[in-house]
Amino acid sequence: MTLLADLGALLPEIALVIGAVALLTYGVFQGEESRDDLVSILCVGLLLGAVALVASTGGAAAAAFDGAFRIDAFSQFSKAIIFGAAAFAILMSADASPTGALKRFEYPVLIVLASVGMSLMVSANDLIALYMSIETQSLALYVLAAFNRDSRRSTEAGLKYFVLGALSSGLLLYGASLVYGFAGSTSFPAIAAVATGPAASPGLVVGLVFVICGLAFKVSAAPFHMWTPDVYEGAPTPVTAFFAAAPKVAAMALFARALVGAFPEAVADWRPVIAMIAVASMAVGSVSAIVQTNIKRLLAYSSIGHMGFALVGLAAGTEDGVAGVLIYMSIYVVMTVGSFACVLMMRRQGGRTENISDLSGLATTDKGLALILGVLLFSLAGVPPTGGFFGKLFVFAAAVETGMIWLAVVGVLMSAIAAFYYLRIVKIIWFDDAAPAFLREGGARLGLIASLAAALMLPGLLFLIAPLQAAANTAAASLF
Amino acid sequence: MEPLVVLLPLFGAMLSMPLSRVAGAKASEVLTSGLLGVAAIYSWALFFDVAIGGHDRTRVLFEWIGSGAFQVDWAVRLDTLSATMLVVINSVSFLVHVYSMGYMKEYGETPRFFAYLSLFTFAMLMLVTADNFVQLFFGWEGVGLASYLLIGFWYKKKSANDAAIKAFVVNRVGDFGFALGIFCIFYVFNTVQFDEVLNAVRTNAVATPFLAAEGAPVRQLTISVFGADWHALTIIGVLLFIGAMGKSAQFLLHTWLPDAMEGPTPVSALIHAATMVTAGVFLVCRTAEIYEAAPAAAAMVTLIGATTAFFAATVGLLQDDIKKIVAYSTCSQLGYMFFAAGVGAYGAAMFHLFTHAFFKALLFLGSGAVIIGMHHEQDTKKMGGVINLLPLTHIFMLIGTIAITGVGVPGVKLFGVPLGTAGFVSKDMVIESAFLAGADGRAFGMFAFFMGLGAAAMTAFYSWRLMFLTFYGPSRAPDHVVKHPHEVPSTMLAPLAPLALGALVAGMAFYPQFVGDKSVAFWNGALPGTGAAVEMVADAHGGDDGHATEDSHAAEAAHASGGLAAEASTSEASTSKASANAADEHGSEHGSEHGGHHVPTWVLWAPFAMMLLGSGAAFAHYSGRNPLKPGLLREGGMIYAFLKNKWYFDEIYDRLLVRPALAIGRFLWKAGDGRIIDGLGPDGVAASVAAGARRLVKAQTGYMYHYAFAMLIGVGIFMTYVLVRAGGGQ
Repeated sequence: MTLLADLGALLPEIALVIGAVALLTYGVFQGEESRDDLVSILCVGLLLGAVALVASTGGAAAAAFDGAFRIDAFSQFSKAIIFGAAAFAILMSADASPTGALKRFEYPVLIVLASVGMSLMVSANDLIALYMSIETQSLALYVLAAFNRDSRRSTEAGLKYFVLGALSSGLLLYGASLVYGFAGSTSFPAIAAVATGPAASPGLVVGLVFVICGLAFKVSAAPFHMWTPDVYEGAPTPVTAFFAAAPKVAAMALFARALVGAFPEAVADWRPVIAMIAVASMAVGSVSAIVQTNIKRLLAYSSIGHMGFALVGLAAGTEDGVAGVLIYMSIYVVMTVGSFACVLMMRRQGGRTENISDLSGLATTDKGLALILGVLLFSLAGVPPTGGFFGKLFVFAAAVETGMIWLAVVGVLMSAIAAFYYLRIVKIIWFDDAAPAFLREGGARLGLIASLAAALMLPGLLFLIAPLQAAANTAAASLF
Repeated sequence: MEPLVVLLPLFGAMLSMPLSRVAGAKASEVLTSGLLGVAAIYSWALFFDVAIGGHDRTRVLFEWIGSGAFQVDWAVRLDTLSATMLVVINSVSFLVHVYSMGYMKEYGETPRFFAYLSLFTFAMLMLVTADNFVQLFFGWEGVGLASYLLIGFWYKKKSANDAAIKAFVVNRVGDFGFALGIFCIFYVFNTVQFDEVLNAVRTNAVATPFLAAEGAPVRQLTISVFGADWHALTIIGVLLFIGAMGKSAQFLLHTWLPDAMEGPTPVSALIHAATMVTAGVFLVCRTAEIYEAAPAAAAMVTLIGATTAFFAATVGLLQDDIKKIVAYSTCSQLGYMFFAAGVGAYGAAMFHLFTHAFFKALLFLGSGAVIIGMHHEQDTKKMGGVINLLPLTHIFMLIGTIAITGVGVPGVKLFGVPLGTAGFVSKDMVIESAFLAGADGRAFGMFAFFMGLGAAAMTAFYSWRLMFLTFYGPSRAPDHVVKHPHEVPSTMLAPLAPLALGALVAGMAFYPQFVGDKSVAFWNGALPGTGAAVEMVADAHGGDDGHATEDSHAAEAAHASGGLAAEASTSEASTSKASANAADEHGSEHGSEHGGHHVPTWVLWAPFAMMLLGSGAAFAHYSGRNPLKPGLLREGGMIYAFLKNKWYFDEIYDRLLVRPALAIGRFLWKAGDGRIIDGLGPDGVAASVAAGARRLVKAQTGYMYHYAFAMLIGVGIFMTYVLVRAGGGQ
């Protein structure tokens, strides 16, 4: 395979990198005078262009750089979601902080660079590529978390994320070196050839567990979740909105490819571990959120819980299970982007508010926002016929088909508990005494994004669920 | 076009509230009343077309439920029975709408009130125009709902809410029986269509119960209930009658009706006098074929009806609240209608229903005028001398009183019609029918006759007592009321006039159709023992299609009934003959008026004599200067207390049913639900989840080394698990 073909396969990523560097250069030369709005818009354009490039490559599977990266329907599906979510994150940030610290040209560029890392993650088909892409992503994310460097909370969040991320990278690397040592190769297909049958080699399984723990950190699954609430709360809200959406999809896709691609025969070894992580995440996410008073922390626990639900599909380890994960993550991203758009609209004179009690009586002061948030919360809770319900339906169905009925039952119980805190917010919005109204200026784009998400979750998905399922099935099939 | 007669009130009900927002309360009052006025005129037109003209028809609108053999349609069935009800309902409803414009003026919230009134009217019309039991049940529940809403119209008043709930709950008991009856009907007949069910009963067709192996002629059919075999039609008849008892406030299920007087007075007039409470009578008449084939069920109807007539009259004797007196009077008159139906005189029952609607609505609306005039005073003991304050109202009430007491001239017939007020004509007809049935050996016929006579005397007594206490003698009202009686608007008095006219002449005017010489053609098959028998004859004899003279009609009716009944059993023959004889008696023009071979002269004079007796007693006691002086029954006496406390029914029910139910409910609530289910279930789980949440969150310290430690613990656990598992596998 020629270098040209290799580069061609990674054209979207290369285009993004070149664009990002060009914009960075432009920004540096303009200095303080730089028109960050222009950079933002160009970054959105870059990401959307990347989506188009991804879509244009067709469904045929291809490998690049000696099989280090694999381009197939699975990676295409994931990349489309990642780039889309990143674009929306930029759009939301620009609107969310008219005067804030995020008005710097580096901000959208960092998101683009993180997207490159994520894009490589979902294509990674080799342990080295896996690690390199994760770090590409993470370095950008660490900076983003501490982006508001004048804020103590923001810098604390960035530091915590960085140190704990380093620890997880250590776990991951240690696991990867063990796997390489026992399998004799870093390439997923080569590992798969060795790791046959349950408990083929204890050393390989130990390495696998370390890798799983490292990746679980990235999807913020329990018990590797504890950074999540602190970082979500401390980071600037637009950054949190980005964190909650695209990186989760990338990590989850990487998780799926690493397990299904490198250890397909050792499914009996990793399935119980994934199931335990899923149960722990669902429990932590559902239960801890109940006592939260800060909406960002609540959404952090909510995302931990949702990762647990998605992992139920991965624990199934089947084609249907992976398809369920993809469907779940797509719906999750839409819900999350919509919810954070709503959170970003919670602005009063003197700054942004983050307390759940500030939403009190929203229905009387802003009926539209109350309705949108209501739909999104119902969807997050998984109440039919909203999108969240279908997501859960597919992962639980996959679990049941593989005989893990207990896991599905636990999942249903946990989603019942989770419903409590989502519906409590609905109750606060619709039935409690009205708090002062939020500012409405400059929230038009956020309102549009939020209502688009809500529209997708309630009436939209009823029509889109069939094509979404078809696409996810195709993507999942390319993994097996 | 026919559906409009049912739907116009519905439009009114739906438009009333929105219209009031746009154009004010007055507009919605006028609109609902106007729509009702159109419906009333149209229903009179339909009455003359369908009942007098004989153009029966059923308009099926569309299918409601279709599930296997279970087919239910929305329909408008127009025959004499439903046309009669249409006239009663729409006319009285229209007058009550107009009256309410005046009555409700001071209370406010009129759009809601008029919406409810119109909704009630719609439901009642659905009930009477049903062509199947399920639509009838729909209307039945609809009127129950509207009644509940209207009794509790002043929802801020606790007594009104209590009364509304009581009415609803007591009706639930009846409705449960009714629903079971409908289930039984479907079980036996595999249909809920009136025509199919009643035809099957009439012709004694073979009926195969649902899923049963083999059928039997329906009159011999038995069904198994609680392990014993029962006569199917008797079971059905009794169950349907239990429904009727609830709706029509019959003995044992009557307790809600007096309490229902908590509602606004127009409501009492419309729902609790003229229309809804008569739904039970309508039901028995509609399903008359079943009762004809189930003598035991008919006997129960007679027994309960006669008991109610007597019982309610006794309680009415000592009531002081002007509306409660009229309420017990209503209860008593409903008893008359039921025992008339029970002895097979369905025409007489419907006739009394028809005339009663006029004079009872008149009395209620008149009472409402008195209440308004006396500054919302309802206690007759604090009235007296109202004749000077409200002379016009007095005249209307006097007309109502002579109508209900039954003033007339017995033994005189002009143009074949008895001479007297509406109540005289129809009530005497009912009492005579009971006597005839009793003489023919129909169960409880004689009992009903004597109870009816006793009730007639008491009716006269309490009606005149009400008049004396309210209108005559010295005033006992406070000075400011006497000096400044509240103005009674003309919208309240105008509707009384047509009712008064009806109370005077409706009996004479419609006597020939309902029970007289034209009844066969009038009912046209809607009721057995009248047209139905003739139809049977016509069918049997081919050419004889009912153009014979009235005499031969009656004779053939008797013959047909007898002949038909002979197929079934001899007891039925005698009952059918009784009703046929009644028709014969009143159908004969040439015989000496009251010297018929079945009704002795004393029987004809007896109700009149009882009326004189009761009126005389009331006059003797209440016409003096001090009408409140102790009379035969002294306060403190046992009988006085017994009657004053309404035979202690409320107390007995309270002890036997309400308190145990509350005790059980409280136990299940506090111990069962609160402690066990909530304690271990939702509350317990919720509490432990919340506690777990607090503990989990406590682990979220914010220190990085705690977080890192948690991660390493996780790694440790998973590693241990995998290695132990791998070791165990090897």
